[in-house]
Amino acid sequence: MRRALALLAGVLPASLMAVVLFLAIYAWPAIRFNGIGFAFENTWNLGNLYANPVTIAGTQIQPGAHYGILFLIVGTLLSTAIALALALPVGIGAAIFLAEAVKGRFRLVVSFFVELLAAIPSVVYGLWGIVVLIPFLSRNVFPFLARALGVFPVFAGPTGSGYGLLTSGILLSLMIVPLIGATLRDALVGQPAELREAAAAIGATRFECVWSVLLPRTRTVIIASTFLALGRALGETMAVLMVSGNALNYLPQNIYAPISTMAAFILSQLDSALQDPTGMAVRSLAEIALILAVISLLINVLARVLLYAAGVKRRSF
Amino acid sequence: MAAALERGRAAIARAGGLGWRRGLFVAAGWSLSALAFLLLGVAMAWIIWVVVARGAGALSPALFLTITQGTGGGLLNAIEGTLVLAVGGLLLAVPFGMAAGIYVSEYPFTRWAAVIELLADVLVGVPSIVIGYFGYITMVEWLGWGFSVAAGAIALAMIALPYVCRTTEVAMRQVPTELREAAYALGAGEASVIFKICLPAALPASLTGILLALAVAVGETAPLLYTAGWSNYLWNGRLIGSPIGYLTYAIWTFINEPFASANALAYAAAFLVTAFILVINICSRFVFDRRR
Repeated sequence: MRRALALLAGVLPASLMAVVLFLAIYAWPAIRFNGIGFAFENTWNLGNLYANPVTIAGTQIQPGAHYGILFLIVGTLLSTAIALALALPVGIGAAIFLAEAVKGRFRLVVSFFVELLAAIPSVVYGLWGIVVLIPFLSRNVFPFLARALGVFPVFAGPTGSGYGLLTSGILLSLMIVPLIGATLRDALVGQPAELREAAAAIGATRFECVWSVLLPRTRTVIIASTFLALGRALGETMAVLMVSGNALNYLPQNIYAPISTMAAFILSQLDSALQDPTGMAVRSLAEIALILAVISLLINVLARVLLYAAGVKRRSF
Repeated sequence: MAAALERGRAAIARAGGLGWRRGLFVAAGWSLSALAFLLLGVAMAWIIWVVVARGAGALSPALFLTITQGTGGGLLNAIEGTLVLAVGGLLLAVPFGMAAGIYVSEYPFTRWAAVIELLADVLVGVPSIVIGYFGYITMVEWLGWGFSVAAGAIALAMIALPYVCRTTEVAMRQVPTELREAAYALGAGEASVIFKICLPAALPASLTGILLALAVAVGETAPLLYTAGWSNYLWNGRLIGSPIGYLTYAIWTFINEPFASANALAYAAAFLVTAFILVINICSRFVFDRRR
């Protein structure tokens, strides 16, 4: 009985292991061929697809083929950083508001409404990004930003088409903010009443109590949920694919410039990678997927360990 | 709390009010938190508004009755494909996911339970494109299934697994320990306690969790693009060897077409997917709240 259950249950860990294992096996020739330069060089070039394959270091590739994904790493890190920089203050602010300023049934309803942001599919975010966010940002916000903050080269124009780094960051921040906000709201609501009473009794206002007494106690929760959000933002595919501008071999010169991320690149490039008869391009994409899998694995384990150490009850998702 | 507030007010009064710096800090703090909340509320309402306003306008009977033709036509093939893939994915995920959830809740403090619990949390965090690419290199390429229902459904099952596991576990833990003790005291064995006593009691909440997993599966795109492919035609009933359509693909592809008919398909698909997901989420929240 117990054995049978344990065996059936084993499919879950087994599928995770299978993902990492098969990606690693499949990507192995690419890992050997690309070496460490994969992460530091800025050229993704399939080589001459019309020529006969050549053998370099025991590996068959198309002549001129070279795989480096620095621009993807930069794009992924920058868009994630922008998303976190926006999502953290907004998530903390919304959590304070929901935990302290509204009560009872109303709190349940408005919290639920905001947390539905987590349920909206990625591709619908992308659609909203294309239809609403990009026209709005590129016409109204970006020109204003470039004028107001133009002294900093990062914010100086050209502001481009609206498809790019900042748009991706803003969209990502909306997608990850419920992760931070909901976890923190639960943690704030769960703080002992004695602390509030003690703070009130020495003359602290309600907000001072939240800011100086309760919030510092939820530090671990904030850090852990930020890690969870980080993992989500790094691996987000569809929304970023639709609004990032899908730059190739290009490092962004300002905050409006087109980018691409590792996750979005896997999706956008598989079709052309399949044109490579040696298969090295497809294997290099598998190497990107493997890197993403390992990073998200590490981040999620770290976040769960932190949350466990903070004694936070696990939410359903 | 009342007594503490009383003393606090007295302390503030003795100090001669909050003073402008503290007053400003508190006022700014509250306004910024309210602003943060408002920002999210507006974004959520805006997304729903765009999807509903544009999507509802694109709905028509023909949408549900005809298949996609080029950049126009209907979405019957995609609607059917989404149902086939999502139901297929769940059929695979439910037995394994529920077994995992039951194991974790009934044999806690065992090492295997700890491993499953942690890895379920980690699997939720694995980017869906990674699972899609895994599906591509193993099932589509290596096993030679091609773009197919089987590959798409298995990829979706891997994504749904941790959700099913987690909600089953929560549902089983809500069953009072007394019930188990009473059953054991009457001489029931382990298997009957789990399957005849606890599982029926946990079933409503567990079903809600399965519905939530269905919502997740319906909303996925990235894991399907290179496992299920896309097809303009209705499903031919084959599990391997032929691709199948689904709604999220229509959103992604048709929103970038320059034709109004294609854009209308994208809006309609977005409306159907979002409405389905929101209804499931609202209903499940209602069920969970009533139980609490």
